[in-house]
Amino acid sequence: MKLSGGDMLMRALREEGVKFIFGYPGGAALHIYDAIFNQKKIEHILVRHEQGATHAADGYARATGKPGVVIVTSGPGATNAITGLATAYMDSIPLVVISGQVASHLIGTDSFQETDMIGVSRPIVKHSYIVQKTEDIPAIINEAFHIATTGRPGPVVIDIPKDITAPENKFEYKKPAKVSLRSYQPKIHPHPGQIKKAAKAILSSERPVIYAGGGAIMGNASTQLKALNKILNIPVTNTLMGLGVYPANDKHFMGMLGMHGTYQANMAMHNADLILAIGARFDDRITNTPSKFAPDARIIHIDVDPASISKIINADIPIVGQVKESLDALIKEIKRSKIKIDSEAVSKWNDQIKAWTAMHGLDHEMYLKKSKSKLIMPQEVVQQVYRVTKGDAYVTSDVGQHQMFAAQYYHFNKPRRWINSGGLGTMGFGLPSAMGVKLAFPNKEVVCITGEGSIQMCIQELSTCLQYGLPVKIININNQALGMVRQWQDMNYSGRYAASTYEESLPDFVKLAEAYGHKGFKVTQRNKLGPTLEKAFALKDQLVFVDVYVDQSEHVYPMLVSPNGSMQDMWLSRGKKT
Amino acid sequence: MKRVLAMLVENKPGALARVVGLFHQRGYNIESLNVAPVDDGSYSRLTVTTRGTESAVEQIMKQINKLIDIIKVADLTEGEHHELELALIKIAKVNDLTSIKKIIKSMNGKVLKNDESACVISVTGTSIDINNLLKVLKKKKIIETVRSGSIGLHESKKTLTI
Ligand SMILES: Cc1ncc(C[n+]2csc(CCOP(=O)(O)OP(=O)(O)O)c2C)c(N)n1
Ligand SMILES: [Mg+2]
Repeated sequence: MKLSGGDMLMRALREEGVKFIFGYPGGAALHIYDAIFNQKKIEHILVRHEQGATHAADGYARATGKPGVVIVTSGPGATNAITGLATAYMDSIPLVVISGQVASHLIGTDSFQETDMIGVSRPIVKHSYIVQKTEDIPAIINEAFHIATTGRPGPVVIDIPKDITAPENKFEYKKPAKVSLRSYQPKIHPHPGQIKKAAKAILSSERPVIYAGGGAIMGNASTQLKALNKILNIPVTNTLMGLGVYPANDKHFMGMLGMHGTYQANMAMHNADLILAIGARFDDRITNTPSKFAPDARIIHIDVDPASISKIINADIPIVGQVKESLDALIKEIKRSKIKIDSEAVSKWNDQIKAWTAMHGLDHEMYLKKSKSKLIMPQEVVQQVYRVTKGDAYVTSDVGQHQMFAAQYYHFNKPRRWINSGGLGTMGFGLPSAMGVKLAFPNKEVVCITGEGSIQMCIQELSTCLQYGLPVKIININNQALGMVRQWQDMNYSGRYAASTYEESLPDFVKLAEAYGHKGFKVTQRNKLGPTLEKAFALKDQLVFVDVYVDQSEHVYPMLVSPNGSMQDMWLSRGKKT
Repeated sequence: MKRVLAMLVENKPGALARVVGLFHQRGYNIESLNVAPVDDGSYSRLTVTTRGTESAVEQIMKQINKLIDIIKVADLTEGEHHELELALIKIAKVNDLTSIKKIIKSMNGKVLKNDESACVISVTGTSIDINNLLKVLKKKKIIETVRSGSIGLHESKKTLTI
């Protein structure tokens, strides 16, 4: 049967197993929208801003591991999708973003709503296509999904001129053959020699640390990581992107490392004699000053992307390969090896970490016990959310202090539960990404821990949540300020709060939630915090917006000292350095 | 240090822009760039000259390799290689061609035209040869110059082919 370009597109997406499209229509995409209307298998979610579509698809992808799909129109629709593309690109998230384009004969004429989407998105996509022939649609979709999901995943853009999807032009749908590209062979196997070297280095170390990041989650290597450390029993830290890949409740888990990492995790990294980096990329929020990074450590670096290896910190033993397969090989090699790890040395090392934790570890009791103060501490909000959701929710977040508190105080025991924009740090990510997660897992608790600044960047999606019945819980840690900006202004600009407060202009979030057809609660007293959260989470079928007023003056600690600091140089509290 | 990078790139829309854009995005400069389709025309061979430390060049090569349309990339400066550039140079009319011909002889030089309006010569050589020649010709007042940018090839058994 012959199909139009629009119908071909829908069929090709169906064959990729797509269940949801997040999108927004417009002139250049209308043939495609007509094709969406004419089928029942894929549900289209109409967002309220294209940024929301990309973040929702991104949240879906992070939670499920499957690629997220977006359709936008040309011009402003396409440019509105740019922030979401950049967000996904920085965190290596598989997205397929389809943008309508003006008709082929109009390209290059500055026609209405024409933007060179391929050009504009070039530096923030893994790859992109402009469709030149309708018949190519099945093969291009097939290739795009292959590229988005293999190797180091990432977003792919497909720009489709309007004439290509015209209903009157029909073609035979040719099922594409298995993708084979001479210029792209993502399946790389770890080199056995390197695995041997790595095993030997690990087994002869005395102060080893496992440092695992988002690549270990993307590579579905959580099981392998746990199995590896069943054998080794060495301390583990996760990056902001890696939280959950190693269970937070395991005794070897030190918490997050880096800029706002725990004292023990940063100290362990600095003093280690061996660092096993797994799907992590030594970015500047981790290493602090690279020349002062882990002076005594040999570095083993496992990554699927060779360009991530020795980019910032030189790897002594690079292993290029899928994280999962590499860890399987490493486990085998370690089991086979005649050398055994010096358990006495390692146990001394583990004791040292315990001592560090006891000295300056995150103080959980402090925030709950600050009973003299009436003000709610922001950390306490996260702790209460953790308690009420029994630590088993999907948590999305935005960017700022609230995000760091969420990362520090919500303890993730499973991968893909913590959904946040780590690389780009995109305010506005939290609510739309929560929608994507909720669509994927309608029976799971999905919480967006946000700030009053960030939530206002994609607040319009409250409307989408009503339309599709997405009862996520929004916990607004309201410090009445762009808190993270304010913290830096406290620390580096003598408290000159340039443009980090709103005077009296904050909206009444309860009324706002109600205006959008949802439920809203406001909490200002600490004794009401727990009960209100319980009430909110008991409303299973409703989106509840809990607006919690917290102590504005609180800072996030620990914090790496910069510039020129090493990982052991930290601010531990206001005015107190290591 | 100067580097000569050779790469094979699929002849697909926007492929060249991706390569050029990457240099800018990652903070590297392109000193010269040459590109043309080779073999069956389904892909092009690019030669890029750039400057950078060994680790910087290693990083840029890894990043280039990540581009989906890149089939292969090599750093020719790592070993023995041929490097050649073509230049067309326009100078004012020359009365005594023999001296010019002598200067350009070692560079496969040709006088393409010499009339009242101008004298056009073509030469091939390494970039350094051409730089030197241009210095010599400066005395004669150069009107216009065009250079192809270096192209390069491994000297030994090493090849960069599909
Ligand atoms: C789109 C965007 N613009 C600006 C920033 C810079 N920025 C980082 S944190 C922050 C403050 C966020 O305020 P809020 O959401 O209230 O969080 P808080 O730090 O107060 O918890 C800003 C402006 C950003 N990360 N993203
Ligand atoms: Mg705030």
